[in-house]
Amino acid sequence: METRIIDRKLDVLRDKLLLLGGTTEKAVYLAMRSLVERDSDLARKVIEDDKIINAMELEIDQMSVEILALQQPAAHDLRFVISVAKITPILERIADHAANIAEASLIINNEPEVMPNVELPRMAEIAGEMLQRALDAFTSEDAKVSKEVIKRDKAIDKAYNKVFDKLTKLMIDNPSVTNGAAHLLFVAKHLERIGDYVKDICEMNVYLIEAAFIKHKSKV
Amino acid sequence: MMDRNTHSRRKLVSGAMTLITAACAIAAIIVLVLILTYIAAKGLTTINYEFLTDTPKPVGEGGGIGNAIMGSALMTLLATAIGLPIGIGAGVYLAEFGENIFGNTVRFLADTLIGVPSIIVGIFIYTLIVLPMGRQSGLAGALSLAIIMIPIVARTTEEMIRLVPQSMREGALALGAPQWRVTWNIVMPAAASGIATGAMLSIARISGETAPLLFTALNSRFYNYFFDQPMASLTVQIYNYATGPFEIEHQMAWAATLILVGLILVINVLVRFLTKKKY
Amino acid sequence: MGDKISIKNLNFYYGKNQALYDISMKIPEREVMAFVGPSGCGKSTFLRVFNRMNDTIPYARVEGEVKIDGKNIYKTKTDVVALRRKVGMVFQKSNPFPKSIFENVAYGIRINKMHSGKKDLADRVEKALRDAALWDEVSDRLNTSAFGLSGGQQQRLCIARALAVQPEVILMDEPASALDPIATQKIEELVVELKKKYTIVIVTHNMQQAARISDKTAFFMLGKLIEVNPTEKMFTNPDDELTEDYITGRFG
Repeated sequence: METRIIDRKLDVLRDKLLLLGGTTEKAVYLAMRSLVERDSDLARKVIEDDKIINAMELEIDQMSVEILALQQPAAHDLRFVISVAKITPILERIADHAANIAEASLIINNEPEVMPNVELPRMAEIAGEMLQRALDAFTSEDAKVSKEVIKRDKAIDKAYNKVFDKLTKLMIDNPSVTNGAAHLLFVAKHLERIGDYVKDICEMNVYLIEAAFIKHKSKV
Repeated sequence: MMDRNTHSRRKLVSGAMTLITAACAIAAIIVLVLILTYIAAKGLTTINYEFLTDTPKPVGEGGGIGNAIMGSALMTLLATAIGLPIGIGAGVYLAEFGENIFGNTVRFLADTLIGVPSIIVGIFIYTLIVLPMGRQSGLAGALSLAIIMIPIVARTTEEMIRLVPQSMREGALALGAPQWRVTWNIVMPAAASGIATGAMLSIARISGETAPLLFTALNSRFYNYFFDQPMASLTVQIYNYATGPFEIEHQMAWAATLILVGLILVINVLVRFLTKKKY
Repeated sequence: MGDKISIKNLNFYYGKNQALYDISMKIPEREVMAFVGPSGCGKSTFLRVFNRMNDTIPYARVEGEVKIDGKNIYKTKTDVVALRRKVGMVFQKSNPFPKSIFENVAYGIRINKMHSGKKDLADRVEKALRDAALWDEVSDRLNTSAFGLSGGQQQRLCIARALAVQPEVILMDEPASALDPIATQKIEELVVELKKKYTIVIVTHNMQQAARISDKTAFFMLGKLIEVNPTEKMFTNPDDELTEDYITGRFG
């Protein structure tokens, strides 16, 4: 079977999306490290690098539109371009959350340390792992893994509730840590949102593979 | 990059070819022009009212070709009246329904008949009509002309009808038109000008025929309007004048020829005008 | 809505060559059904089964059942003329008759004796031309030659001609393949408009066209019906891999 013109374009589009995915993953990881290691320089770098991610998003958007207009994809090709076009802004928003975490870490790093007391790193670990698996499932077009990842979001929600309880208790017990704890609460919320977004990515994976919209349907 | 030499050589060849083909075109029509001018030069002076209306008279007493024009007209008319419908009908059949052994046979025979020398047609009618009737007649002449005409009209009609695109037939069939209506009011009108051209050519052809008329219509010195009698014709009259011993007869032959050519020209122009595409 | 045409186990032969293999499908009333597939896949042959246009081809033979409104059109008693009046057809190349615009549209009315007088005939012609979205462009020159119209106008004239005999089904064999994009768009808009009143079956090589105007799409290959599905399903998630390969341009 000969290579179609659109195949080359779709390959480039896939590469661009995976690069964006990898960069986003790294941003989340580094933002959390800046928090755990109280490394404000690293946090500033994460905030700075968000601009690169925004540029990547624009580039993918343009290319998706171009393929839709000029190649007029159908069937799997069409679903692929649609999936990429919808996953791209999700990744960008995840990266925004990473930048927000980094901003929080700039503040928290100047406050007394409350970090060891909470399960935030565990949350971040789950979120990171989910994102990684979601992107892998996109590449290998694995619906089963995608659906597993969607279920995994519950673990983050559970962890978030735990963190929330712990931090509020901490604030009541020790008002001097209120500022830092409040910002940690934001970080937890960001991680929880990232989990939701990864879920959205997996839903697009399922659309790509099975042509089914599973969003807003309680049963997966 | 093209070599300058190659370029100029190609231009030269192209120019030469254009010239050669133009020369051929001129050669083709120059013969016609020469014939026409020669005939006109030789015949024009002899033509006058008397020549056109009078009957032939003994040498030296004048006379004309009026009865011959009339005879030719009558026989061509009758031949056309017989030959055209049969020819067109046969052509329609061949084109629309003739994809079978019978059609192929008819087609083959028609082609053969076109190739048969016209004098043989004359002999055929002589045996078939003239001998039983006991004399030559306008009818026999017209019939022999009709026989010459039919295969020509049939084959040209067939070709012209075949040129009508199949899609046009399908368009009519798809509207619920029966086959005969499609042929009659879609295909035939579409092929009309082509069929008329074929008819015109065949009329021109038969009005120039001499050989079959010699056996069948013979000649007549008088105006004759009855088809059971021998009938004069332009071509036979030309033949008689041309083979006569006197110069005055030769001049009359030239004049009659000019009239014949003129009439054929008029038929041509007329049909062309009448069949000018309306749609 | 009910099914206008239903086909069961249809086989079609040109002499010894089989052109269609065991096709069964249903064509719903007042919808646009598109037939797509590579050249020579039998889609045009199949289309011509519905008005028995293949009858004109010597040695063509049909097996199986084709029912329109529940009646098998290949029964010996079938009145082919009546069938063709009910099932109109528009061809790939516009094929107006060598007549005036008016007479082109009037032809079918005349041969089927549908009019009750001169006025009625004129009314019917006008209505057909209006329905084919051509009236405004030709109303001032009805008596001029149909060949004076542009390609797109000629094609709409052929549609008007088909509409004039009040068919229920309209078959279209690549009606826009020879037209420029604007004329094509007009034909497409017309098709979408016409499906309110008629059942339309359209053969097209243009995938985008099938996607734009049809409700259902059937994909044919080598004389076989590979897949028939709602058009949006066909173009986003076809059931058959062959369909996917074809509509994404992997072959054909």
